[in-house]
Amino acid sequence: MSVETLERILSEHPFLKDLKEEYLDLIVGCARNVFYKPGEFIFREGEEAHEFYIIRDGRVSLEISVPGKNPVVIQTLEDGEVLGWSWIVPPYYWHFDARVVEPTRVIALDGRCLRNKCEEDHNLGYELLKRFLTIVEQRLQATRIQLLDLYGAS
Amino acid sequence: MLPHLFVIRSRKLETSDTFTLELEPIESGLEFSFLPGQYNMIYVFGVGEVPISISSDPRRKNRISHTTRMVGTVTKAMGMLKKGDVLGIRGPFGTSWPVDRCENCDIVIVAGGIGLAPLRPAIYYILANRERYNRVILLYGARTPEDILYKQEIEKWKSRFDFEVYVTVDRGTSGWKGNVGVVTTLIPRAPFESRNSVAFVCGPEVMMRFTAIELVKRGVKEDNIFISMERNMKCGIGLCGHCQFGPVFVCKDGPVFSYNQVKDLLFKREI
Repeated sequence: MSVETLERILSEHPFLKDLKEEYLDLIVGCARNVFYKPGEFIFREGEEAHEFYIIRDGRVSLEISVPGKNPVVIQTLEDGEVLGWSWIVPPYYWHFDARVVEPTRVIALDGRCLRNKCEEDHNLGYELLKRFLTIVEQRLQATRIQLLDLYGAS
Repeated sequence: MLPHLFVIRSRKLETSDTFTLELEPIESGLEFSFLPGQYNMIYVFGVGEVPISISSDPRRKNRISHTTRMVGTVTKAMGMLKKGDVLGIRGPFGTSWPVDRCENCDIVIVAGGIGLAPLRPAIYYILANRERYNRVILLYGARTPEDILYKQEIEKWKSRFDFEVYVTVDRGTSGWKGNVGVVTTLIPRAPFESRNSVAFVCGPEVMMRFTAIELVKRGVKEDNIFISMERNMKCGIGLCGHCQFGPVFVCKDGPVFSYNQVKDLLFKREI
């Protein structure tokens, strides 16, 4: 039986594919496994963003809380997806709540540590920015299509 | 070209503005054969005619069903009809989902909103001949949990081990525990073998455009993506020209086209 080490999981993850070995080692050094129960919040709007997450399995909903009303779910993220990019964009605060819908295992990565490393080594910073920008672009596109309200009666 | 008379045997409200009529031919012995993806011209007497895809099992010849949303004059009038009322039907018309040509392939069915209705006969057909296909996956996007079509049937499909069903909504509500996000976001996650996959896509035209782009990005060949168009169909036989779409008539050459056939036209704003 093969052991699922953090190194193996991260090196095989599409988000980190083809990353230089030294950078991958650095990222593995910043990683830890975390388990969340349904209803738990991984982060909340306004809190400092000092981590990001690779969802191993489970489901997390990104929500906006509305006073006096139920929270509005913007999007849900599942197995294999990357959660959180606010740690890389000043002033490093979360914009949404991330609430766990199903039992969820994530790999949490220390953004504060990585931010410092990115400042020291701009090649690493550029690599990570490119990868996060792709995620931001995908989410923006999805949000724009969502705004079209495609299925509503015309 | 004369319509056959059909009587409404049942009427089911699927969502707040969408309903399914189950129809039976009045003429005794008349059997109604169609291919998955084809449509009928439905005539509401005194009001007008409208093209609507057939949503029932193609193996069932004595009854057909149509699911539609109350949006225009004719469909609103249809929505007011009751069990026992009579409709005129011309058809079936148009091209079909190529269910016979994609054996031994993974089948990816992507439906948006009421676009699930024209795909339902293909699902029935594929599930009835399940051994001929590899993985069969349904990716379905609706506006809200309340707008999900065929809810009970989707639950039944989900319980099958040989059919993978993923549902997402654009706007989640507090009670909704499922996925939230547009249907295109399901494509990168869906477990299919891109090179050996055939995709059937139906929904609003914009949704089909973005879906096709995602499927191509995922590695599905353009020839293996099929979409169902809806454009001002009027006569059903390519005579009146209302549904002309570049060099083709949607009513006669479609509604099901390969993405390759219509790709260039889909991205032209003037058409």
